[in-house]
Amino acid sequence: MSHPVNDPHLLTLSVNDAEHEVVVEPRRTLADVLRHDLRLTGTHVGCEHGVCGACTVLIDGAPARACLVFAVQAEGADVRTVESLARDGELSDLQQAFGDHHALQCGFCTPGFLMLAEGVLAEQPDASREDIREALSANLCRCTGYQTIVDAVHATACSRRGTNA
Amino acid sequence: MKPAAFTYHRAHDVADAVGLLTDLAAAGEDPKIIAGGQSLMPMMTFRLARPSALVDLGPLRRVPAMTAIREEAGALTLGALVTHHAVETATLPAGFAVLARAMRWVGHLPIRSRGTVAGSLVHGDATAEWCLLALLLDAVVVAEGPGGRREIPADELFHGFYATAVEPDEVVVEVRFTRPAPHAALTEFARRHGDFAIVDAAVALDLDGDRVTGGRVVLGGVAPAPVRVPEAEAVLAAGGDAGDDALVAAVADAAATAIDPPDDPQTTATYRRRLTRTLVADACRQAAREPQR
Repeated sequence: MSHPVNDPHLLTLSVNDAEHEVVVEPRRTLADVLRHDLRLTGTHVGCEHGVCGACTVLIDGAPARACLVFAVQAEGADVRTVESLARDGELSDLQQAFGDHHALQCGFCTPGFLMLAEGVLAEQPDASREDIREALSANLCRCTGYQTIVDAVHATACSRRGTNA
Repeated sequence: MKPAAFTYHRAHDVADAVGLLTDLAAAGEDPKIIAGGQSLMPMMTFRLARPSALVDLGPLRRVPAMTAIREEAGALTLGALVTHHAVETATLPAGFAVLARAMRWVGHLPIRSRGTVAGSLVHGDATAEWCLLALLLDAVVVAEGPGGRREIPADELFHGFYATAVEPDEVVVEVRFTRPAPHAALTEFARRHGDFAIVDAAVALDLDGDRVTGGRVVLGGVAPAPVRVPEAEAVLAAGGDAGDDALVAAVADAAATAIDPPDDPQTTATYRRRLTRTLVADACRQAAREPQR
């Protein structure tokens, strides 16, 4: 290691149903541990102070900014990242809907929006389009203008509950 | 930016947390408590805060009282680690339903899922919704320190500019809201939904039928700490009809005239005063419509 580690902690993190042992200093955010230590680079880091939502992951099922959680705080919790969505090379219904509805252009914000939407739809399966708009206001996208992201999440909500969008 | 280096200490119960804070301070450290971390971490990444040690209350989520929401003897008690989202989704008695309604103004869902009630109060941001609600509903903060537990009423809590009466070696255990307000509302204005409010206003009306007999007016963003506005409350105390636009306008005028808001190039004092007038009037009208049947 090229720099001294201050107060190293040995952690066992549960990420996407796998246990990972890492040695990190407490100042390391969960976002940085996911990316640099676990090489799960799907989680993106934008503003690093909780405004943009690009680093959103699920912690015990609830959407959370991974830049606003120290990795040491996440020990014992169930962390899910965007890498957990696709199964056997098949996109999840939500990911497919993002493609179908043109809900991404550059894609930088997409992992955060996907995990935010996963958390919201799990907690509120009956979410209305307005509920979805309100929840998605947590994250920033500079390409799409948001309408298509709302479309994709709303379509997923409708198909999961067996109704038409 | 990345936060500056610190040492990390997990507290396993309240006494453990107090002990860690005391021992670390005695060793020359500058310890700070982290709970949800949704205010502290941004301050650390901006390096506006550089605690040399963090005491994590996370494991105390397993202590039932720390995450409990309970009503007894007409008061509502929230454990210190109750999150904003837990309040948002709780079914609260009518006298405290304003707390749940106000949560939509607190940041965004991911922030509300982790941020805590007590953390917001101790952080003491002058526009924080919980700080206004504490003054609106006569909150009492119960803190445990080396000398035992003590109770801090909301009107003694805020010392201005992120300073509160909670001492560095004290841990907030619970917050008790003692004044039910079935006819109450909080509203605010920010340039982007979910951002820090420029001004926020909370109003509780005492009603006898449709007649106003008194009430509270609380403002954030107009002084270094959240404030009650006695001049506006005097207008409510003089009485009137809850649906009377002239009464609402008089309360809003009294509030806008009484304050001496900060003045900066982005947000002038004049602008904050106009926001105050609009928001107090909106809050009065919304409060008169509650509880919705």
